[in-house]
Parts: sequence; structure tokens; C-alpha cells
Amino acid sequence: MQADYAIIGGGIVGLSVAWGLLRRGRRVIVLDGDDGSFRASRGNFGLVWVQSKGLNQPAYARWSQQSAALWKGFAAELGEGAGTDLSLRQEGGYDFHLDEAELEARVAQYSALRDALGGDYPFEVLGHNALKREEPEVGPRVAGAILHHQDGHVNPLRLLRGLAADVRRQGGQVLTSQTVIDVTQTDGGLRVACASGQVVEAGRVVLSAGLGAMDLGAKLGFAAPVRPQRGQVLITEKLPKMMNRPSGIIRQVDEGGIQIGDSKEEVGLDDRVTTPTVAAIAARAVAVMPRLEKAQMVRSWGALRIMSPDGLPIYQHSPTLPGVSLVTCHSGVTLAAAHALRLPQWLEGDADAPDLEVFSERRFALS
Amino acid sequence: MTTVDLIVIGAGPAGMAAATEAAGLGLSVTVLDEQTAAGGQIYRAVTGAGAQRGAVLGQDYLDGAGLALAMQASGAQHLTGAVVWNIEADAEGITVTWSQDGHAAQLRAARLILATGALERPVPIPGWTLPGVMTAGAGQILLKASGLVAERAVLAGSGPLLYLLAAQMARAGTPPLALVETQGLRDTIRALPHLARGLRGWRTLIKGLGLLAELRRAGVRRITGARDLAVEGQDRATALRFAAGGRTQRIACDTVLLHQGVVPNTQASRALRLDHDWLAAQQCFAPRLDAWGETSQPGIFVAGDGAGIAGALAAAEAGRLAACQVAHQLGRTDATARDARARAPAARLGAERALRPFLDAAYPPAAQVLAPADDTIICRCEEVTAGQVRGWAKLGCTGPNQTKAFGRVGMGPCQGRYCGLSVTALLAEAQGMDPAEVGAYRIRAPLKPVTLGEVAALDAAEAAE
Amino acid sequence: MPRIWRFSVNAALPFRDLSPAAPRVRVTLDGAPLDLPVGANLAAALLAAGVGSFRATPVSGAPRGPFCMMGACFDCLIEVGGVTRQACMMQVSAGLVLTRPKGRVTE
Repeated sequence: MQADYAIIGGGIVGLSVAWGLLRRGRRVIVLDGDDGSFRASRGNFGLVWVQSKGLNQPAYARWSQQSAALWKGFAAELGEGAGTDLSLRQEGGYDFHLDEAELEARVAQYSALRDALGGDYPFEVLGHNALKREEPEVGPRVAGAILHHQDGHVNPLRLLRGLAADVRRQGGQVLTSQTVIDVTQTDGGLRVACASGQVVEAGRVVLSAGLGAMDLGAKLGFAAPVRPQRGQVLITEKLPKMMNRPSGIIRQVDEGGIQIGDSKEEVGLDDRVTTPTVAAIAARAVAVMPRLEKAQMVRSWGALRIMSPDGLPIYQHSPTLPGVSLVTCHSGVTLAAAHALRLPQWLEGDADAPDLEVFSERRFALS
Repeated sequence: MTTVDLIVIGAGPAGMAAATEAAGLGLSVTVLDEQTAAGGQIYRAVTGAGAQRGAVLGQDYLDGAGLALAMQASGAQHLTGAVVWNIEADAEGITVTWSQDGHAAQLRAARLILATGALERPVPIPGWTLPGVMTAGAGQILLKASGLVAERAVLAGSGPLLYLLAAQMARAGTPPLALVETQGLRDTIRALPHLARGLRGWRTLIKGLGLLAELRRAGVRRITGARDLAVEGQDRATALRFAAGGRTQRIACDTVLLHQGVVPNTQASRALRLDHDWLAAQQCFAPRLDAWGETSQPGIFVAGDGAGIAGALAAAEAGRLAACQVAHQLGRTDATARDARARAPAARLGAERALRPFLDAAYPPAAQVLAPADDTIICRCEEVTAGQVRGWAKLGCTGPNQTKAFGRVGMGPCQGRYCGLSVTALLAEAQGMDPAEVGAYRIRAPLKPVTLGEVAALDAAEAAE
Repeated sequence: MPRIWRFSVNAALPFRDLSPAAPRVRVTLDGAPLDLPVGANLAAALLAAGVGSFRATPVSGAPRGPFCMMGACFDCLIEVGGVTRQACMMQVSAGLVLTRPKGRVTE
């Protein structure tokens, strides 16, 4: 099989890049795993989020802002192509705080970042009473919240399904149940070999396999220093609307359930849920919104974030295999619009390509 | 956290017998069961209201009281109304978390026996979500526990339970309007080769023939070989429509009781990520066990219909065997004593299982429910149709966990109990694969919904410790 | 346009009750008083009282009633004092405040 691009990984990151390349008229083959693969794309929280990103690296904040700004057009175009409404809402989002001092410390960090970004960081601080006017369900223990106007959320499962449908509609081929074992140079390009015996020949290869890069990265010339970080998430029964905007830890999904996150655990490739962590997550949610006490939790799950040492994305062309690029991040939903609309320009070296040098693997060598 | 030797989940025949046997062997045993009294579904309310209706329900049902009374006298602790919602295994033992009277509680044990029984096989036909449509099992539970008999009911599907329920309804003076069976003569012929080996289970066979004679005497109309079942009605069931004898027929009714056999309830064994096998003869998954009932996770056992359908008598024997092995593993009996004690239950278990291949072949699930039409709802909670699942297969979903992400199928409060097998079957059909390869939903806590307030209270309890 | 479902109570009761008359207690269903046998299974008691539909689904607003009667299908969900519960896993007691979930919650 032949294509201009072989994309290794059919999650939100891989499909977003594939979608963008197809939109530029490229022939694309996506190699996807199977039902048992670790898939961050079906376990994530669904935020299109700017606040708290890049507190120590303004370029990451800017990249997230750029993607958030592109999201509206991206959602409209993808939604139309796939015939599905992604339920994108970008009306701001909260960072709730139970502790006044913590809130103040956070505000100081955001203020510094706002200065570093030349003032383009629209947030405001809501005290308890002001917050209560916006979100009547917040409880008495909430000291206040930061409302960031560039934040929002989307239905991440419909994003995944929409990408899967529209990549195919645009002529992309997706091969499922594939495990890529090697990529080698040939006369005319690159040869991607799968464990199943499937072989794909392509001019360019993008490695966007999430945790799959832990196995495959070194073979393709990358350091790929990614590790799994578990996040446990809960969701309640479907409830009438009780929240106007999402927060980093609680949001009401468009189908009605209240989704509550999340833990950050270094436990390797273990995506199980644990009672103490679920209990702690529930306790925090009830402290923020006491009425949730009566809500039935119907599901919980653990998903593995794909984390780099500094938490930032990695965009890197392979130093040993020309034509192979690594794309990995833990914010595949937020960055989906940038990956679809801006990353193809970087892959193809366009004059107006985004400058992603700060996200190269070189930063790990320096530190 | 308190620790006991053995936790048994479920107080049906397997759980009651296991707990009684284990307590008799000197183990500290706690039985967690979500119902208000021991008995499980098969012996539901057998020590309570059900006993007053012995003439209707029959001697086999009343016999279950013996198991319940034995457990009561055994010294095993029996917690009723305890809804287990998480089970976690680690190197030292097992932690079970449950909800009882609105409060979460936890207990640790060295060993665990899952005796969570069976569920009705999903019966996805048009109209099966309408009020007035219930499972045949539900019809029987209403009779046992509440003394309710549906007045204008049609029983539809396949399996001996339909005969028993129809006979019980007739004895109560309210026979069903009709018994519409999806199996036919061809299935009976296919089953015959299994009969010779099944004769060890002749008692069950005789009882079945007796029920059929009883139905004839009661004048219950029987139709076999029915296809294309559909329930009619706008906001409640008003009729059952089906094709039989070369024409479409329609029976007006208020209640439709559906049955396509029962399948193992694997929610807990899946949540524990135990190894499971596809049982082709029963068209379902079951946990992989050794001869004692121990699973792929040492220290965790499954007994009864949760390990493959064999009925109540077999379940009790399997419970006894598991208890013998648990006692041996915990040093309470040596191998010789264990084997001596296990001999009789093992023999009776073999006899009970002998007839099963015949019954499985004679009463197969209808083709219609294994491959529902595109517009039929298969996921009752999220209202997902068979056609949608087929569509996602085309979008690259190779297994049930991907279809969850693509369309929320299996993500409602029932956690996939009534759509899991349908989704596996549809994906197998779409990809030309074996159901075993397609796999099943990954199940996670909570096994049943629990309020956030209860869960949050566990956090406070932990902080206080 | 979501369909509006009407909860109906059948004039002719679809179930015959074999159990001896038990003392009844007062509960409310959607604000209306209802007398049910004390200690009875709540789902069974409502069925016997002619209540066939217990809720409208949050997805399409379709009516649902008890299906499995053994705590597995979650179709008999009803709100009891503000908490969604399985009616088939509850017993009737005096003063229960029952509300039938009203259906579609999506925007």
C-alpha cells in the first residue's frame, strides 16, 4: 500500500494530523491499534483549555491559545463533514479554589504569564459571591475561582468519531488492529512494517502513537521520553443542567452527566481505578458543589496521559530517518485544531509554518 | 479494615451452599447480597412470602428453603441489602466495597467466592423497551416475591423457564394468553444426539415433560418456530406480533414476558479482569476456572451460573466444591479430607451438567436476537440501535470498548449488562470474527451506581483512620 | 422536537394480586397521594397499583417501566427523596416522596 503519509496511531492526535493533511490533498494511511490498546482518546476529560497551560513556558500557552482560537472553525468544518455536532462551547472556564491563599498564589502565576504574553491572557478572579451569581450550585467552602475567557469544552467522543468518519470520507485509509514494528528507509521513501505482515510505503511518516512511542520511538531515532500518568475520572447519571461553564475538575457534558476529575498518578501502564482515589475525587466535587452528594456515580475509569518530562508536547523531525516526525502531547483535544490546521504546515516546511522549535527534543538534552 | 477468611458475594444457591460449607469447615465467612433475604432469584423470597404460594410455585422452589436455613444456622454472617460496587485484589487479599442503607462499607478477605448468578440473555426485538415488556424471570420474581400474576400476558422466546412460568401462572388461575416459542422442530432434532449422554439428568427431563403435559391440560396455546417477534404499542405494550406457520400473527395483550435463556453475570469477574472464555454452545462468555472453581486470579473463585449456566442444583454443588478448596488453601483441611468431602458434590455436579448440552441445543437463542435488525435498540440505557453499532464497525471499531467511545453504547447505568453480548455479536458479524476475538466490555467500578455522597464519605473515613 | 410522553394509569389493572391484603401506607407519586402495602417491593407495588411507566428516558424521553425486577436493568429508576433509585430494589415505607424522572436533559 502506498501513500504520501503514513500516520502511526489513530487516536485524536493522529487523526487530527491525518485530517489536516487530507485537507491539503495528501494521500494518507492511518495505522491504528485494537480494542485493547491504551487509548487516551477515549478516556480524556474533553476540555479545550488554555488556563494553567505553559506557566513556565509562554510558548506553550500561546500554542494552546492559538489552537483554542482555531477550534471554532475546525469544529464547524469537521462537524459538517462528519455530519455530527461536536458540542463545542467556548464561553470560559473556571479554576475553583477552596483555599484563599492557593487562589491568590494562582492569580500571581497567571498575572506573570499575562505579562509574558504581552497582556493577551483574559482572566478574571471571582470571589465567592460573584462566582455564586455565575454558578448557583457552588458550595460555601469555595473561596472563589479564576474565570478564563479562552477556555471551553467539547464532546471528546464525538470529536473522535467525527475524525474517524471524516478522515475516511476524505479518502484517508485507516488500517485497524495494527502494531507497527519498524520503519525503514527505501529508495523512494519509507517502509512501515506491521506485526500482522501488513506493509505500507509512504513518503513521510508521523509517529503519533501516544504511549506507543515508548516502544517505537528509539527505533525511529527519537528520545521520545514519554511516560504514562494515570488520571481517574468519574461521571454521574444524566442530570438537568446545573453548570453553566466547565472547570478543570468538574464539567457537565452535553448529554447531562457531571464528569469529575482527576488524579495524577505515576503507576506505569496500570489503568485501573482505585477506591481511595475515587473517594477523594468525589469528596472534592461534593465540596465544590454540595448538591452532587445525591447524584449517582454511574461510571469511573482510569486513563493514561502521555506525559513528557516537562508536560509539554514534543514535535520533532527524526535525526536518523529523514521524513519521519514525532508528534506527541497530553492535550490532544485542546490541540486538535492546531494539529489539524497548523501542524501540516510544519510537517511540510511551509514558509508560514508555526515555529515549534521550543517543543523539539533538544530541550531535554540541554537540561 | 476488618478481615475475614472468606467473602461470598451473592446469596443464591451457590453462595448459600458455599457459605454454609465454608463456615462448617471453620472459616469466618461474610455473605454480601443485595436482596432483602437469602435465596437469589431462583429461590427469591423462599423463606418469606414465597413459601405461602408453594402450591403455585412448586416443590423444586420450596426445596430452596433448606439452603437458606442451613446458611442461617451455619454461623456465616449474612448482610442483606448490600450492593457491592467495587472489588480490588492485591497480593495480600481482596477488598470489597459495598453500599448498604445509603452508607458505603468495606471488608477485606483472604479468599473471595463470586456467586453472582445469571442474567436474562438480552432480547433485542422491536418494542422491547416499552413498559409492559419484561423478562420471564421478572414475571417469576413478581410471582415469588409479590404474588403478582400478569392478567393478559404472552410469554415469548425459548427455554424451559417459559414452561415453568406458564405452568405456575396456570396453577394460579391466570394462564398466559399464549406461549410463543422461537425454537422449532429443527432445534429439537439437532439436540437429539446429546440426549443419550443427557439421560443422567433424567429427573429434569421428566419434570419438563410433566410441565408440557400440564400446559396442555390447562389449554395454554403454544406456537413454536416463531420468527420476527415485535412488540406493538406507543407508550406501553399492546400486542405481540410474530411470523409463524407462514403468516404474520398478532396477539393483543397487556404484558409480554420475554426469555431467550440466561447467561452468566460476568460484571464482577470482568471488573477483576479475570480470564474469560467464549462458550459457543451457550453463546456467552464465562470466567475460566479450574475444577474447584478457582479463576485466573489465585484466591478468587466463581461458583454457580456465573461460571456457565447449569442450574440451581449444580450451583449449590459448585459452591460446596469451591468452599472445600478455600478451606484447604487456608490450612483448615488437608488434601485427603478435602477430596473426601468433595466427592459427593462433584458427582452430583456432573449429573446436573449432563443434560445441559441437550437443553442448550434444543433451546438456542433466536437468530433475531443474535443479529437484530438495524433499527432495533440494543442498548436500552443509551438507546443505541444495532445499525449504529454496525456503522461504527465500518468506522474502525474492532471491539466493544471502541464502540463505547464512538456512541456511548454500554455507558448507561446498567453498565452493559443488557447490551454487552449484542455488541460483541454485532462486531463479530461485521468483521467475520469469532466473538472470543472480539472480546467484551471492560467493566469498572462502580459495579452498580452509588451516590457521590456515599463515595465521598469513604474519603472522610480514610482521613480519620 | 422531543415527543412529550404522558404517564398513564390503566383503568383495568394488568396484574392480579395473590397476596393477602396488607396494611397500606401513604406515599406520594409526582405529588399525588398513593396508598401502597407497607414492606412490599416498591416496583411491584407500583405495578399492582396500575403505574406502568416509571420514568421518561434522559436520551429520547421514551417511557420505561420495570423490565428485569432483579436490579440489573435500571429501567425502573425513580426519584426517591431527590435520589435516583431502582424501585425494584426498594421496599415501601410510609412517607416516600416519589418523582418520575421527566426525560430529556440534553440542551
